[in-house]
Amino acid sequence: MILESEIWLALVVLLPLAGAILTFMAPRYAPQIGTVSGVIVFGAVVALTLAVVESDATRLTVGGWGAPLGIDLVADGLSTLMLLMTAVVGLAITAYAVGYFGESSAHKRAYFWPLWLFLWASMNALFLSGDVFNLYVTLELLSLAAVALTALVGQPAAVQAAMRYMLVGLAGSLMYLMGVAFLYAEIGVLDIMALASVSEATPPVFVSAALITAGLMMKTALFPLHFWLPPAHANAAAPVSALLSALVVKGSFYILLRLWLTVFAPLGDTFAPYVLSALGIGAIIWGSIQALRQPSIKLLVAYSTVAQLGYLFLLIPLLMDDGADRQAVLSGIVYFMIAHAMAKSAAFLSAGNILHALGNDRITSIIGMSRKMPLTITAFALAGISLVALPPSAGFIAKWLLLNEAIDGGQWLLVVVIIAGGLLAAGYVMRVVGPAFRQVADDQLAVANPVVPASMAWSALGLAILAIVLGFTGVYLLDVLDIGVVILTGGEA
Amino acid sequence: MTWESFLPVAIVLSSMIPGLIIFWIPEKQSQWRTGVNLLGAVVKLVFIAIVMAGVWRGDTEYEARLSLLPDLDLVLRADGLGLLFVVLSGTLWLVTTIYAIGYLEHSHSRSRFFAFFSLCVSATMGIALAGNLFTFLIFYELLTICTYPLVIHNGTDEAMGGGRTYLAYTLTGGVALLVGVVWLSVIAGPVEFTDGGALGHVEGHVTALTVIFALFMIGTGVKAAIFPMHGWLPRAMVAPAPVSALLHAVAVVKAGAFGVSRIVIDVYGVDLAQSLNLLLPLLIAACTTVIVGSVLAVFQDDLKRRLAYSTVSQVSYVVMGVAIFGPIGAAGGLLHLVHQGVMKITLFFGAGAFAETLGVKKVSQMNGIGSRMPWTMAAFTVGALGMIGVPPVAGFISKWYLGTGAIAADVDWVVLVLLGSSLLNAIYFLPILYRAWFLPQIDEWPHEEPGPANWMLVAPPVVTAVAALLLGVFASADFSLLSWVELIIEREYMP
Repeated sequence: MILESEIWLALVVLLPLAGAILTFMAPRYAPQIGTVSGVIVFGAVVALTLAVVESDATRLTVGGWGAPLGIDLVADGLSTLMLLMTAVVGLAITAYAVGYFGESSAHKRAYFWPLWLFLWASMNALFLSGDVFNLYVTLELLSLAAVALTALVGQPAAVQAAMRYMLVGLAGSLMYLMGVAFLYAEIGVLDIMALASVSEATPPVFVSAALITAGLMMKTALFPLHFWLPPAHANAAAPVSALLSALVVKGSFYILLRLWLTVFAPLGDTFAPYVLSALGIGAIIWGSIQALRQPSIKLLVAYSTVAQLGYLFLLIPLLMDDGADRQAVLSGIVYFMIAHAMAKSAAFLSAGNILHALGNDRITSIIGMSRKMPLTITAFALAGISLVALPPSAGFIAKWLLLNEAIDGGQWLLVVVIIAGGLLAAGYVMRVVGPAFRQVADDQLAVANPVVPASMAWSALGLAILAIVLGFTGVYLLDVLDIGVVILTGGEA
Repeated sequence: MTWESFLPVAIVLSSMIPGLIIFWIPEKQSQWRTGVNLLGAVVKLVFIAIVMAGVWRGDTEYEARLSLLPDLDLVLRADGLGLLFVVLSGTLWLVTTIYAIGYLEHSHSRSRFFAFFSLCVSATMGIALAGNLFTFLIFYELLTICTYPLVIHNGTDEAMGGGRTYLAYTLTGGVALLVGVVWLSVIAGPVEFTDGGALGHVEGHVTALTVIFALFMIGTGVKAAIFPMHGWLPRAMVAPAPVSALLHAVAVVKAGAFGVSRIVIDVYGVDLAQSLNLLLPLLIAACTTVIVGSVLAVFQDDLKRRLAYSTVSQVSYVVMGVAIFGPIGAAGGLLHLVHQGVMKITLFFGAGAFAETLGVKKVSQMNGIGSRMPWTMAAFTVGALGMIGVPPVAGFISKWYLGTGAIAADVDWVVLVLLGSSLLNAIYFLPILYRAWFLPQIDEWPHEEPGPANWMLVAPPVVTAVAALLLGVFASADFSLLSWVELIIEREYMP
């Protein structure tokens, strides 16, 4: 390493921030600056990953204060994988946005680039935060950027959806903050590891867990608090939909995961994990059924997100169960997050292509389009394979891991739900892919010669191919996840 | 990677790479498409031949391994049983490719068709060479995915409906298989296919093993079209003839039957399967399918549908052979895996040629077709007689082994099933032959193409019909299929 490994921790936050400021100051060159920033940030994340692999988890104290007072940036295997996931999807979205926000939408472009890079910076900071208050700050910044991006298209539906998104986001953040206050009042520190070392199953900790979990559930759109997600994700501009669905919801889920593995580990044997699991079941069933009923592709994909997020919560009881192989459960959940990020961003970007080329994204418009826009349909189909969890794909590996642990833990209800969810997903994916394969004469097509800019078609396809390729790289990713991730056992911890 | 471990991978890749290339070949460049396709098919046969020689000698291990997760490997390994399926699909792929080029001369989206066709063959090769259940599952599902675009190739309402039915059945079967595989690997660790069974180290778990077996049989039984999971096959006949011929008479249904064989022989092992009382229910299911399929075939006027129900019935002979507890019956089943493939593909080639050249799709339109298309009809006749079990066509040999195997295993009633089924075969095939050769033509042909039939549609069925004859006549020669099957049985049943 040329630079010390800790430097990369700061750089992955500072570089996108610098990019955001530059694109804001020079809107005329925003796409160029944005593209360069995207590549540089991606490179920095890769460098950080190598540093983490080399040094077995890395910690940096910003401003020289250190815990318990200052800001700590911490990268372990889990954070690193999240950063990588964000960087890969981020790079593809950057490429996509160059084509999407062309000359004709100059003023949207001027807002998109700074907001997007700002969102990327807050996302990275979130994954690296070592204390619960910094998590609050980054979470809030993330939400603000996400809301502004949602409203970017300016149509009434989008603005209304963004408004609702903001209110939910604020409510969620407030609940989170109150939870943090309870924790601080009870224990007197904010650093996650410091909290975890003394946290016990006392009433204030329980209240704090309830508040924080509820707040984060709202932000993660866990059923039945998902109501804000479909309109927000479906009405946003395509690259925004992709990053909202693939990345932003993962940010709040990451906090939830991190806290339950450490600070709230003593509450592992309460009923709370089962509530989350039950809601996960509800999400899979309800989200899938809604996806089967939507008239337009973007809404369908948005409801698919509602359903897929359910899988993340499904195995929380096993994650908190000392009798289960908790590292393996965590592997399954994290792999699912990554698989979903690739597949869902690919699906939203291809939906964006369809909307761009056909003028609308009604399912009836796509009839016969597999001949006319093969790259886009292929991207959607490959993403669909991963969402349905057919092999070979990242989704399949994730589901394999989840199924394995569910069967090993004797959770047969969960096995049934995982399987049923897959079949339902096949149903809604085929609602798009099937009509595209239909054979009709040219004059019956919605648009005879749909045009999709190459950068848009290829970035969607690239992500979709990654969703397949990540079905072959499980060993490497899970090796990274093993680095320095602390999983505390309940009770006597 | 050594040369030996590269070969199984090469057998899979030699159709996958052409497939991926063909996607990018523009529609009009048919020479390029044909060239890439045939090159892949020939190269594949060369690789297969090399591997076969090594496995025959028994001195070389052909295995490739890639770790996907800790304790979870993608394994490709060549063994006798797998190669049986590889040779069948690889050879028939070459023949079918030629046929398909002729058949689809005027079709749309040919690049998409040939690309997915090649991918299907790769998936079939992967199924055949899979060295463990996990790998088998992956290629099994891949086959499901790649076949869908072929079933719906025509893009009509009927085709889309057939495709939906196909996916509904196979995906449901797929998840049954998935749960079974995961469950078994929770109980027994990673399950590698092993001669004589891989579960020797598992103690107890009787209920679980029984349920898992049932899940496996549902999973593989859907593709093998075992009654009552056969409903997709007749509906999938909306696909173009080459698809019906190679995939729905050979690759897909045989993938199911092959899976049954693998699971009974190389996962559970016949002894364990017998001691868990799993074989008798399987045998009953197979026999039921044999009879039901044949009975339903009698009532079909649509030629391809009649052939499809005939496939339902005939594929279960393979399952039957494996379910008969004993080496002779198993030999009969494995022989039929190949024999039925060669004969049935002949029949489908014929049906496709009739439809393409004369527009004849129904049995009732076939009067006098023998004098209009003598070569094709002659090939069809050989295939049909083979299905009935008339010597010396190959079908006779496999039925003989099944019958003697059944008597040796003290399940004499199976012989009655065989006889009944042969009788039914005669009932639904002989009238076709009678109409074609002995009755005069009634009307004009529905859509007659001017001039003689395209040689690309005539030669393939003739070749496969001759093959079906040779397989029967030279069954006891050295290096025959029968001796290969005996080699498998020797290694599997007497390890």
